[in-house]
Amino acid sequence: MFDTILIANRGEIACRVIRTARAMGVTTVAVHSDVDAGAAHVAMGDRAVSLGGASPAESYLRGEAIIEAALATGAQAIHPGYGFLSENPDFVEAVEATGLVFIGPSASAIRKMGLKDAAKRLMEEAGVPVVPGYLGDDQDAGTLAAEAATIGYPVLIKAVAGGGGKGMRLVEREGDFADALKSAKGEARTAFGNDAVLIEKFVTRPRHIEVQVFGDGTRAVHLFERDCSLQRRHQKVIEEAPAPGMTPEMRTAMGDAAVRAAEAIGYAGAGTIEFIVDGSRGLRPDGFWFMEMNTRLQVEHPVTEAITGVDLVEWQLRVAAGEPLPARQEDLSISGHAFEARLYAEDVPAGFLPATGRLSHLEFPADARCDSGVRGGDVISPHYDPMIAKIITHGPTRAIALRKLSRALAGTQVAGTVTNLAFLSRLAAHPGFAAGEVDTGLIARDLDALTALDAAHQRVVARAALAAAGLDGDNGWDAGFTLWQPLARRITLSTGGTEIDCTLRVGGPHSVEIALPEATSLAERRGGIWRIDGEPAAPVHAERGRVTVFAAPAVAFDVIDPLERAAAAATGDSLTLAPMPGRVVSVAVEAGQNVVEGQRLVVLEAMKMEHAMTAWRDGTVAEVLVTEGAQVEAGAPLIRLEEVEETA
Amino acid sequence: MKIASQILTGSEDFARNRAAHMDALHEIQQAAAQAAEGGGAKARQRHLDRGKMLPRERVANLLDAGTPFLEIGATAAHGLYDGAAPAAGVIAGIGLVQGRQVMVVCNDATVKGGTYYPMSVKKHLRAQEIAEENRLPCLYLVDSGGANLPNQDEVFPDRDHFGRIFYNQARMSAKGIAQIAVVMGSCTAGGAYVPAMSDVTIIVKEQGTIFLAGPPLVKAATGEVVSAEDLGGGDVHTRLSGVADYLAEDDAHALALARRAVGSLGPDRSAVVDLQSPEAPAYDPDEILGVVPDRLTTPYDIREVIARIVDGSRLDEFKPRFGETLVTGFAHVEGMPVGIIANNGVLFSESAQKGAHFVELCSQRRIPLVFLQNITGFMVGRKYENEGIARHGAKMVTAVATTSVPKITLLVGGSFGAGNYGMSGRAYQPRFLWTWPNSRISVMGGPQAAGVLATVKRDAIERAGGSWSEEDEAEFKRPTIEMFERQSHPLYASARLWDDGIVDPRKSRAVLALSLRAALNAPIEETRFGVFRM
Repeated sequence: MFDTILIANRGEIACRVIRTARAMGVTTVAVHSDVDAGAAHVAMGDRAVSLGGASPAESYLRGEAIIEAALATGAQAIHPGYGFLSENPDFVEAVEATGLVFIGPSASAIRKMGLKDAAKRLMEEAGVPVVPGYLGDDQDAGTLAAEAATIGYPVLIKAVAGGGGKGMRLVEREGDFADALKSAKGEARTAFGNDAVLIEKFVTRPRHIEVQVFGDGTRAVHLFERDCSLQRRHQKVIEEAPAPGMTPEMRTAMGDAAVRAAEAIGYAGAGTIEFIVDGSRGLRPDGFWFMEMNTRLQVEHPVTEAITGVDLVEWQLRVAAGEPLPARQEDLSISGHAFEARLYAEDVPAGFLPATGRLSHLEFPADARCDSGVRGGDVISPHYDPMIAKIITHGPTRAIALRKLSRALAGTQVAGTVTNLAFLSRLAAHPGFAAGEVDTGLIARDLDALTALDAAHQRVVARAALAAAGLDGDNGWDAGFTLWQPLARRITLSTGGTEIDCTLRVGGPHSVEIALPEATSLAERRGGIWRIDGEPAAPVHAERGRVTVFAAPAVAFDVIDPLERAAAAATGDSLTLAPMPGRVVSVAVEAGQNVVEGQRLVVLEAMKMEHAMTAWRDGTVAEVLVTEGAQVEAGAPLIRLEEVEETA
Repeated sequence: MKIASQILTGSEDFARNRAAHMDALHEIQQAAAQAAEGGGAKARQRHLDRGKMLPRERVANLLDAGTPFLEIGATAAHGLYDGAAPAAGVIAGIGLVQGRQVMVVCNDATVKGGTYYPMSVKKHLRAQEIAEENRLPCLYLVDSGGANLPNQDEVFPDRDHFGRIFYNQARMSAKGIAQIAVVMGSCTAGGAYVPAMSDVTIIVKEQGTIFLAGPPLVKAATGEVVSAEDLGGGDVHTRLSGVADYLAEDDAHALALARRAVGSLGPDRSAVVDLQSPEAPAYDPDEILGVVPDRLTTPYDIREVIARIVDGSRLDEFKPRFGETLVTGFAHVEGMPVGIIANNGVLFSESAQKGAHFVELCSQRRIPLVFLQNITGFMVGRKYENEGIARHGAKMVTAVATTSVPKITLLVGGSFGAGNYGMSGRAYQPRFLWTWPNSRISVMGGPQAAGVLATVKRDAIERAGGSWSEEDEAEFKRPTIEMFERQSHPLYASARLWDDGIVDPRKSRAVLALSLRAALNAPIEETRFGVFRM
C-alpha cells in the first residue's frame, strides 16, 4: 500500500478520498488553487500544495504541476477524483512516466472509451447490446440526415467526444434535423474542439440505469446497478440503487454485459457502464443498450457503497497498489436501498442557474451520509461546480430509504445562497417517483409543479419576522415593556419578489403577536422553546438583512432596510444636473448612445476648474439638454438617461 | 435580610383588595387607551391617507424592535380642554435606539394638528427636563402647527412656555446632549425652531414643511402666493436653505435615518455603580394588588410591597428599631443598587432623623434613592411641636432637596402635606415621579381640610353668639370634601403633569428599573448638603 497519495481534485470528492485514505493510514496531499487555499479539502489533507490561479486551467488542470507536487511531497500515487484530469489519458501517461501510480484505469482503456463511436463499435464486438445508431466518420450533413431517417425519429445527436449533455440534441422531426445538427456541432466544437457527432435512436420513456464495475486489469466484477433516471437536461438530480422494478434476470444480463465491457478493454479500477433502458414496457433483459463508459469514480458512487457495504475508494487504492480484486462476484450482494440527492447552489426559479455566495450557515442532518466539500462560512465561487453536498440515505426498503431522504432534506440547513433544496424535497415527495415510476422525462414533465413557488406559509413568515426583529431568543425582562398601550413595530420582509408587512406587538419577553396581511400569529416561548401558533418554531439563520427559515422547504427572506430602499429609489432619477453655475466645455455623448457607469457625459467649466459629469449608472442617453458653450445655472439639467424598467 | 411575607394570598382581604385595585386599574387603562387613540378615528384616517405613519407607530419604528418604552405623561390633559387634547397631543418617553437610551418627543398631528396646548408645552418641557437630567439624546418627531392660538396666553409668554423648548435645546446641545429632529409634517412658526435648533435634522419629502409663516400668513402679509412645499418643503430645506440636513423618502426612511444618526453619536458618560446579577423577587409582583389594602386609611406593612419589588425580596434594613414609621434600607432592583425610603405610618421626629441619616449615607455612597410614598404627614400635637418635629422634618427635607443622587419617587398611597416634601414630592425634583391608581395627593385630606374650614366658621358663628347645627356643618363641609376628592385623584394629578404618569402597581419593579437605568445614564455628582438644623 502507498504511504502517501496526492488527490488531484477539490471539493467533496477530494474530501471523500481523503477520508478513506486516512482511514487506511495513508498520508494525503491536497492540491488547491489560490481561491481554494482555505477550502475544506485543504484543511483535511495532511499536506497541501498550491497550484496557481482560480480557473481550472490555471490550477486543477495543470497536470505537470500536479505531478511535480506529487514528486515533491513524496506521494507514490495520484487519485484524480472525477472531472478535471480524471479521464485524460495524456495525464495518465505523464503520471506513469514519472513512476507514479495513477489510481484509475490505463490510458489505453480511457482512450478506448473516450470516443463514443469507437467505444460502441468495441462493445458491439464484445457482444454488449448497443442502441441502433450511426457512428460513422462521414460527418456530411446529408449523410447524417439520411442515417437519422434510417434509424427512425426521434433521434438523438450527440458529440462523439462529449459528455455532460454538451453537444447533445434531441430531434423529434426530420424537418428540425439540420438546425439541431448545426447547433450540436457548434457546441461540440467549442466544448471539445471536435465537432464529430453520432446519431442514435431516442428511446421513449427511457431510463438511465448504470452498472458499477470494478476491474483489476484483466478480471472485473460488477457492484450492481444504479438508476439515474431523475435527470434534468441530462444532469442527474437524484440517484438510487438498486433500480426500481429490476428483475434478477435483467440484473444478471446487465451485470454480465457490464463485466464483458470492462474486461474487453482490460479495465482496472472503478468504472461505470451506462445503459439506456426502455422503461415503456417494464424492465426486460432485451431492453437495454450500452451508452457509454465512465472510466472513473462516479459522483453517485455512494449509493452503491450503501447497498453493497463496499468502500469503492478503498478498493481503488488497493487495486492500484497491486492487490487483487478484494471480492469475487459471488461475495457481493445487495442490502436494502439507497438514494442520493445532489444539493446545488442554484437558482431554481431562474431556470436552475448556478448560484454563488458565502454559506453563512450550513448544517446537515446527523442521520444521513452527507458528502460535502464545503463548511459553514465557505464560499461557493463562480470558478467551480456549485455543488454543496450529496445527501445519501440508506434503508431496508426503497420506501424507507426515500422517507429518510425526505427527512434528511428537511433537516438540511443552508443559508447564504439559493439552493435546489426545495426542488429536491418536492422531487423526493413526487408520487410517481415514490411509486418507482421513474424515467428521464419525469422532471421535465412535472417541472412546473416541482419548481412552483409556494406563497410562504403564515407561520414561516411569522417565524422570519420574529428572527428579523431579534426577538426569537431569550429576551430580556423588559422586552416590549410599555406602561399601558403596547407599541406595534413594523418589519417588512421580502421573498420571491413579494414584500410582506409584518406588525409585531411584543407582549413581554415570551410573547409576541405578529400580524401579517392574511392573519395574526402568536409567538410564545415556553420551556425555552419558541412556538408559533402552538407549533415549535422552525430553526433559522439570521444575518445582516437576511433571514432563512429552515422550514420544509427553507425560505429566505430579505429584511427590507428603508435606508437601502430609499437609496435604490434615489438612483431611479435619470437626470444629470449641473452642480454649480458654469459653462459647458464639451458634450461627450449623443442621444441614443449607450453609456456605462462612470462614463464622461459633459464637461463643465466653473470657477476656473473643469468638472466632468459622469454617468452614475449604465443606460442609454435619452436626451442631451445642453449644447457646447452654453452657460448653465446650478441645478440645470444636462443629460437625461432613459428610464430603466423596474425588474422585480 | 429576605423579607418574610405575612400575607395570605388565599384570604378574603387579599381578594377584596385585589378586586378594588383592579377596578381602579381599569379606569386608568381606559383613560390611557383613549389617550393613545389621539384625535379619533377620522383624524387618524386622514393622517394615514397622507401616507404618514400614526404617531405611536412612528415611535415604535424609531425604537429598537421589542425594547421597552417608558412613556411619560400618558394621560396628560385628561379631562382638560373638554377632552380636545388626548395625551396633550404629544407622545413622550424613553426608549432605546441602537441600544442607546433616548428621549422621544413626538407630536400627534391627529390632535388639533399637533398644536401646543398649555399641557403640551408642559409635557414637552418635562420630557426635555428628564432628558437633560439624565443625559438622554433627544429625538423630536415633529408634526405640529405650533402654538394653539386660542390658548396663546398660557402657551407663549411665560418662562416655562413655548420659548423654553428652544432654550432647552440650545442648553442641552451645549452640554453634548444630542438634539435630533425629524420633520414629518408641519413645523410652523415657533415650531420651526425645533428642527432649526437641532444638531441634526431630517425632513420627509413632500410631507415635512418648516417655515416661520405658512402660506396663508405670507399671503396676508405680502400678497405672495406660494405652495407649502415651495415655501419650506424638504427639497427646499435640504438643497437651498440648509435648515434640514437629510431628505427622507417617507416616514420609514426618515426614522431609519434618525436611527443611523443616533448610531453615530459618540460614547456617553454614565454613572458608576456596583451592579449585581438581577434576581426576581421571591414574592410575585402580581400579588401587590392583594397586599395593599383597598382603603388608604387601613394601615399595612410597606415591607410587603418592597418584598414584591426588589431583587430576591432582600432588604438590608437600616436602623430597623428606630423611627419605625419610616423603613429605610439597601436593596437592588434588576441588579441596580438602591436606597429605599418607605413610609410605614405617620412621620415622627425619629423617623425624620433616620430618613435624613439614610439620605446622607446613600449620597456618600452614590446610591440612587427610591421613595415609596404613602404619607399623611408629620405627627401633630404639642408634644411633637415642642420637641421640634419641624426641625427634624427640616433635616430630612434639606437632605432630600440637596442630595445629588438620583431620586425616584413612587406614590403608593397618600401624599399629604409636608410629608410630600420629605418624601421627595414633585417640588424636590426627583428624576421620575410615578403614581399608583389608588394614590391620592393634596395638601391635606379632604375631611381634614373641611374640618379646618368648619372649625374656623363655627368659631366665628359662635363668637357672634349664633349656633350651627351638625347638619348645616355637614352641608358646609360637603363641597370641600368633594373638591378634595376630585382633585386628589391620580388622573386629575397626572392630567396636570404633577407626576410622570400612573403605573400599574404590578409593573412597579419594571418601572423603577427602567427609571434607574435612565437615571444611571448620567454620572452621579458629589453631594453638598445645606445647613442642617440640628
